[in-house]
Amino acid sequence: MLVFVLKRIAGGILTLYVIATLCFVIIYFTPGSPLTGERNVPPEVLRNLERAYNLDKPLHTQYFLRMKGYLTGDFGLSIKYPGKRVDELILPAVPKSFQLGSIAFFVAMIVGIPLGILAAARQNKLPDYVASSVALFGIVLPNFLLGPLLAMVFALWLHWLPVAGWPEDFSIEELLKVILPAITLSGIHIAYVSRLTRAGMLDVLHKDFIRTARSKGLDERSVFLKHALKNGITPVLSYAGPMAAYIVTGSVVVEKVFNIPGLGQHFVDSALARDQAVFMGAVLIYSCLVIVFNMLVDIGYSLLDPRVRLT
Amino acid sequence: MSDAAVEGRSPGQLALRRFRKNRRAMVSFWLVLAVGLSTPLIPLVSPHDYRSQTLERSKQAPSGTYWMGTDTNGRDLMVRSFYGGQISFAVGLLATAVSLFIGVGYGAVSGFLGGKIDGLMMRFVDVLYGLPNMFLVIIIMSLLGRSFLIVFMVLGCFSWMTMSRIVRGQVLGLKEKEFVEAARGLGVTTPAIIARHMLPNIVGPVIVYATLTVPSVMLQEAFLSFLGLGISEPQTSWGLLISDGAGALNPIRIYWWLVIFPGTLLALTLFCLNAVGDGLRDAFDVQQR
Repeated sequence: MLVFVLKRIAGGILTLYVIATLCFVIIYFTPGSPLTGERNVPPEVLRNLERAYNLDKPLHTQYFLRMKGYLTGDFGLSIKYPGKRVDELILPAVPKSFQLGSIAFFVAMIVGIPLGILAAARQNKLPDYVASSVALFGIVLPNFLLGPLLAMVFALWLHWLPVAGWPEDFSIEELLKVILPAITLSGIHIAYVSRLTRAGMLDVLHKDFIRTARSKGLDERSVFLKHALKNGITPVLSYAGPMAAYIVTGSVVVEKVFNIPGLGQHFVDSALARDQAVFMGAVLIYSCLVIVFNMLVDIGYSLLDPRVRLT
Repeated sequence: MSDAAVEGRSPGQLALRRFRKNRRAMVSFWLVLAVGLSTPLIPLVSPHDYRSQTLERSKQAPSGTYWMGTDTNGRDLMVRSFYGGQISFAVGLLATAVSLFIGVGYGAVSGFLGGKIDGLMMRFVDVLYGLPNMFLVIIIMSLLGRSFLIVFMVLGCFSWMTMSRIVRGQVLGLKEKEFVEAARGLGVTTPAIIARHMLPNIVGPVIVYATLTVPSVMLQEAFLSFLGLGISEPQTSWGLLISDGAGALNPIRIYWWLVIFPGTLLALTLFCLNAVGDGLRDAFDVQQR
């Protein structure tokens, strides 16, 4: 286990290095300067600005300085907010995005799996149709549409839930703010997880060991939950890795819809303002999140299925 | 049946017959065709214009004059929704064309050459698969600017990988088939073998996958535009319109029409295109990989 974690961390660092390099190269070769924008900057001022941001130096020096910065924990300076360091700008936003992503991940699993089991148990009966309609809704309503719709109905019209923001403390009132963003972000994944569970369960239920379990006189409940589920859930587990990446991407949208001061806003704002250092910082932190999520998913996979060796 | 001569039917005709019998797919097909055709028509026949702004008429509810209401800048939402649909459809189709072009070419070359080159080419596809696709698109979009051309080119350039895998697999299998060998034995040239004997056999899976690429690309375009990284004003698309509607959400008054109309059009289109794609897959009997 320890060896696996160390290996994955080493691999993760390598991935981060490749992403940082790729990002840097793309940014470097993009025409136009991020400093000029719409304003008319006198040439002397521009030169001084370029010096301050190391933009006057040749490619390899800039690259070297940037990578050295990352190694020493210096993420560089923001262009849009002069004088602000990138880490003090974006690091406070990371926990909110991480919480949102983890909650959505668990909601997708906790709602999707039972829905899929139910659909498999009552194949072609009412629960199956309910589950497949939910799945259909999840697929037809992308998160940027589902979010505004939910906000409109449950927050603005019915006044049941708060319309925006993220909890500041653990009071009930504040915690209610989690519900709509979590549903929005997990919607499509609930759909996929329930479909995968249903298909996996139906596949397993035809196997011989299930017949054996039934002929032993086990009740349906144990057959489903003890014998079938462990094997039927495998497709869901292999979806969990990609799902983590989708959730991270989706959180950008959900944070925008519900006005959550997470990493997504910095990501989009810096992309629009071409605030290079902030943008690269946000991309690297997002990559980190995806790598960590994937590692946790793989560990969870091996705990549930001993046949899977962590390598 | 007794006196009618038995007609030979090509696999394509058989697939078409099976598709016609699929009710859900047929209804979806006509629906999406109707939406697609009305996107250029409605802005043409409407008395309103997609870009003329009148701030006094901002955010009016649907009425006899403005059937779908007006947007934040007082523009007719119906014209804008359908005009935006034009752009969404155009992005979907053009990006799919780009991905088709790259994917089929790449896959056919890889499969036909085989051996080490094939292995190398497919490893490259694996690497592209492993990268966080949407993030790369966002990075490139934010740096290259936000025009219609860039949106569909970038989206097309990032959605050809599955297509190339499908085509490569098919070509690899067909290369060993007896009828290809027979053609070669008869002295048919390589380009003719590819054109006459291989392409007709891979058309099915290619059509099926292309149909499913269209909604996925449209979804990605809407996602980008929603974040402000795709299509930009005064042009519009469904994603951008929904983003405007989401931005106008406030506790005092609900401007539901700003979200509902473009949202319904988008959801309907996505649903129908997926249903048509699924129908075609069943009709052509393509194995899902």
